[in-house]
Amino acid sequence: MLLEIDNLKLLYGRIEALHGISLHVEQGEIVALIGANGAGKTTTMKAISGLHAISGGSIRFDGTDVSRLRADLRVIRGIGQSPEGRGVFPGMTVLENLEMGAYTRRDKADIAKDLAMVFDLFPRLHERRKQAGGTLSGGEQQMLAVGRALMTRPKLLLLDEPSMGLAPKLIQQIFEIITRINEQGTTILLVEQNAQQALSRAHRGYVLETGRIVKEGTGQELLHDPAVKEAYLGVA
Amino acid sequence: MDFAELVRGFPELTTTGLVQGAIYALIALGYTLVYGVLRLINFAHSEVFMIGTFGAIWTWAAFGLDSNSGAPSVGRSLLLIALAIVAAALLSGSVALLIEVTAYRPLRRRNAPPLAFLITAIGASYALMELMGTLTQRRQIGSPALLPADTLFSIGGWSVTPVQMLTLSVAIIMMVGLDWFVNRTRFGKGIRAVAQDANTAALMGVNKSRVIALVFVLGGLMAGVAAVFSDMKSGNTRYNIGFLLGLKAFSAAVLGGIGNLRGAAIGGIMLGLVENYGSALFGSQWRDLIAFVVLIVLLMFRPTGLLGESLGRARA
Ligand SMILES: Nc1ncnc2c1ncn2[C@@H]1O[C@H](COP(=O)(O)OP(=O)(O)OP(=O)(O)O)[C@@H](O)[C@H]1O
Ligand SMILES: [Mg+2]
Repeated sequence: MLLEIDNLKLLYGRIEALHGISLHVEQGEIVALIGANGAGKTTTMKAISGLHAISGGSIRFDGTDVSRLRADLRVIRGIGQSPEGRGVFPGMTVLENLEMGAYTRRDKADIAKDLAMVFDLFPRLHERRKQAGGTLSGGEQQMLAVGRALMTRPKLLLLDEPSMGLAPKLIQQIFEIITRINEQGTTILLVEQNAQQALSRAHRGYVLETGRIVKEGTGQELLHDPAVKEAYLGVA
Repeated sequence: MDFAELVRGFPELTTTGLVQGAIYALIALGYTLVYGVLRLINFAHSEVFMIGTFGAIWTWAAFGLDSNSGAPSVGRSLLLIALAIVAAALLSGSVALLIEVTAYRPLRRRNAPPLAFLITAIGASYALMELMGTLTQRRQIGSPALLPADTLFSIGGWSVTPVQMLTLSVAIIMMVGLDWFVNRTRFGKGIRAVAQDANTAALMGVNKSRVIALVFVLGGLMAGVAAVFSDMKSGNTRYNIGFLLGLKAFSAAVLGGIGNLRGAAIGGIMLGLVENYGSALFGSQWRDLIAFVVLIVLLMFRPTGLLGESLGRARA
């Protein structure tokens, strides 16, 4: 098991946002985490990457307990994230943003190879490589955030709403790329509002409701679950 | 208003203004670096500078030189200045790091509100000032004469002394070096990343605490260099020298656009020149008033300062 979360609790001040969630991700999987606004999806991502301390439970990654590890050290262990809102460094060029992804890595040849791979996935980023991140369009920033996370060469890639703000055609494209990244060997935990796409691409999925996991199953099971259909797929 | 005085003294006013401006600029960089990364005005930075002025004088004293000694040979003077620069920079850098580690870091750990940082900054500033005041019996301490006071070269009416030349050259080297470090090196990239988005920087594997410590040390180094030249320019120092100089350097940083390295450099130089020209025009008793009035007026028209970008956005 690559990622194993057990009874995870997290407090924002005195308010508990996660009330003990458990989930796991196997090597090679795409796992989708879906839920309404404010359910706690981003919070779960922050707990996994270490941006917010947890108040209970545990997070095991690749065989070790990382619950109390600093965020930057979790990156070195192999947890890469494309955060909600993209987090593009506005004053850095596209290329510099991508190089930031390789901040902890030393092997120049390896980095160059990954850079070529990212440019291959997102040719648009190559065209714009000298442009400041802050001047990219929303969709381009999204590509940059995903590409930059790949530059950390993650064992586990956390994607927080990669389709947010994208045109329908681009949404299709980004999900195809997610599948491709996965086929090239990267395990993915995917948070999405676009439950239809996410569940049809994912091996398994979890449904999060106000800080609790209320349902889990394979992507297909959840896709055909009446309650999920009604709540998240917009079909009565 | 005495325009004749301004015109007659223009070359000299420009040189001395540039020298004073270079000192402001070097100090201003420390304010702007810390602000860029933490959005914190480190008021204790003025004392980081002040302790550097003593560091230089103590270094010279260790070689038996005080304000009454005759000037050593040029070669020996340059060596002594170089030693003082290293010593003062290291001392100021260490003090800056100490302030960060003992005063600010614990606050960050506890997620303290901005006001707690502000009060801590003011508290640390006064504590250091009082500490040095007590240690030195609040006396003014003279600095030895090191380089000959005569003219190094002059073009037309424009003459430059060795100390002025050295101040400007070293200041430029330090500023270009810092700019290179922040824009071109891996550590510099880490600094810019934290300045632009600290959380995302952590997701790239940047150790935020280390970046913050680095930024305090860099600012301290710059202030230490400024301190040596301040000693040589004014011939002495005092425990409270940081107060007005720090305030002006901070103003220079705001003038240039706080958080922007090149802005701090430009702001410092501008402030040095403007207060010099202004005091020729209105009388030297108005110097400090002019400096701050210019700041206030300029901010009315350009609220974010001359260059007005954050450290993170500043690009080569
Ligand atoms: N920094 C914070 N301080 C206090 N409360 C927070 C903070 N961040 C999130 N919350 C609260 O925690 C809950 C979960 O938020 P979270 O961002 O994880 O939701 P989400 O599932 O990602 O929603 P969305 O789909 O809108 O992105 C919400 O009720 C939110 O208001
Ligand atoms: Mg979210």
